[in-house]
Amino acid sequence: MSTPHTTSPAREQSPPAGDSAPAVAAAHIEKIFPTSGGEVHALSDISLSVRPGEFVSLIGPSGCGKSTLMRLIADLDQPSSGELQVFGKDARQARRDQDYGIAFQKAGLLPWRTVSDNIGLPLQLHGVSSAQRKARVQGLLEMVSLEDFGDHHPDQLSGGMQQRVAIARSLAEKPRLLLMDEPFGALDEMTRERMQTELLRICTETGASVVFVTHSIPEAVYLSDRVVVMSPRPGRISEVVDMELEDPAARGDDLREDASYFRMITAVREALHGGAPSGRGVETR
Amino acid sequence: METTTTTTTAGRILAPIALGLLGLAVWQILVGVVGVSGYLLPTPMAIFSEAQQFSDSIVEAGLITGWNSLVGLVAGSLLGVVFAALAASLKPVHDMVNPFVAALAVIPIVALAPILNTMFGTTEFPRQAIAGLASFVPVFVSTLRGLRQTNPEHRDLMRSYAASGVQVFRTITLPTAVPYVFTGVRIASSLAVISALVAEYFGGPRGGLGGIISTAAASSQYPRAWAYVLASIVLGLLFYLTTLALERLANRSRAAAAG
Repeated sequence: MSTPHTTSPAREQSPPAGDSAPAVAAAHIEKIFPTSGGEVHALSDISLSVRPGEFVSLIGPSGCGKSTLMRLIADLDQPSSGELQVFGKDARQARRDQDYGIAFQKAGLLPWRTVSDNIGLPLQLHGVSSAQRKARVQGLLEMVSLEDFGDHHPDQLSGGMQQRVAIARSLAEKPRLLLMDEPFGALDEMTRERMQTELLRICTETGASVVFVTHSIPEAVYLSDRVVVMSPRPGRISEVVDMELEDPAARGDDLREDASYFRMITAVREALHGGAPSGRGVETR
Repeated sequence: METTTTTTTAGRILAPIALGLLGLAVWQILVGVVGVSGYLLPTPMAIFSEAQQFSDSIVEAGLITGWNSLVGLVAGSLLGVVFAALAASLKPVHDMVNPFVAALAVIPIVALAPILNTMFGTTEFPRQAIAGLASFVPVFVSTLRGLRQTNPEHRDLMRSYAASGVQVFRTITLPTAVPYVFTGVRIASSLAVISALVAEYFGGPRGGLGGIISTAAASSQYPRAWAYVLASIVLGLLFYLTTLALERLANRSRAAAAG
């Protein structure tokens, strides 16, 4: 595992408080789920740091704990041991302070609310005045190109449009951190590629850090600054691959046909397969 | 495409009507031509002409029974929703209320009619109370079920918003349950009418449909009894169709609730 573009999983572990604090700082996280059939060791010795503005993907086979790790960062579950900080605070406080926005594989829209009311839901819950909410929702509708659909109900929209509503909702409170759990997993390939490009544009506009869970290698490569490769039983980080590609802001569909893109895909694939023989003799740079 | 749909809908409505008319014709022929005793089983024509002749008093009786059913249905449904909400949010209330509801569900509630009639004498209250008790059970059971249907993504989302318990209830739990409430009310509507009607068989004021059916049958006025039975069917249908329309309305924009 010593190709030039990989780094060891345990890196830069001194999160200072304040604005310079990393968006996510995890140190030696363990997560054990008690079940009727005994304990399940979901995560083992996870150490990871995400810089402000950085796009990090978590990739790995089913059961490697990538979604669990994201849920821990979101404080939807608690680690069994280890340290986890979000912007220098503990995860619980960060959740209470609404430091992150979240989007899941299912759009999870409230079907009885209009698109606008779905996007405005977090603002409404946190007591933002209806005039301010309206203005913010309008801006978000434009950001995800759904200006004409504010009064529609979710069941009148296609899957891709629903997912865009969910992303707009996750951005409603201008979070500095976006957590996304396979948000494009249920979309067809063409919609998916378009959404990826849109997501990159939105991230450039907002400057948010992103933790992105996926099981698609091309998707992870296309979007990320770094790809964290995980392996199962117990879930742990096996490798972190730096994407040596052009700046995310400049990425577009051209990149999908670029040699550097394929090189990175190969690098991530080899990391995923744990240095399978095919990776040995191939010069990836 | 559109014509096909129209034809299918028309067929769906026309087919049962045709069957019904055929049944009435067979009935009419059996009694009128073949010679089944018209005294025991009046012909449909005799029943309809009786219904026409007494239409004013039938409507009057229908209003009495209908009002009793409606009061019972509304009161029973409100209680059902309130208790279901309490049971869903407070474990001790759930443990206290659930056995009683299970008991209520298996008691033939109409059996209480003679007792309540004795207790409350010549008022309509016993009928309303019985209709209310009968309505309470399905609304409670269905609402409680609905309150437990919240989608895990919605729950995670509300947690990520650090929403309070009241906010979670108002924003996702209650709206998710609304279609279930109306399903409960639809089931309860038929029970309310049947209970209010049958409760009239066991004494008390005689003005309602049930009271007149039992009086007419006791004095061998079978066509009149049948005419009031016909009115009871119409009343039951009216309640059912109204609550069905309410249920459809509640479900309209929620088709995707499960997804």
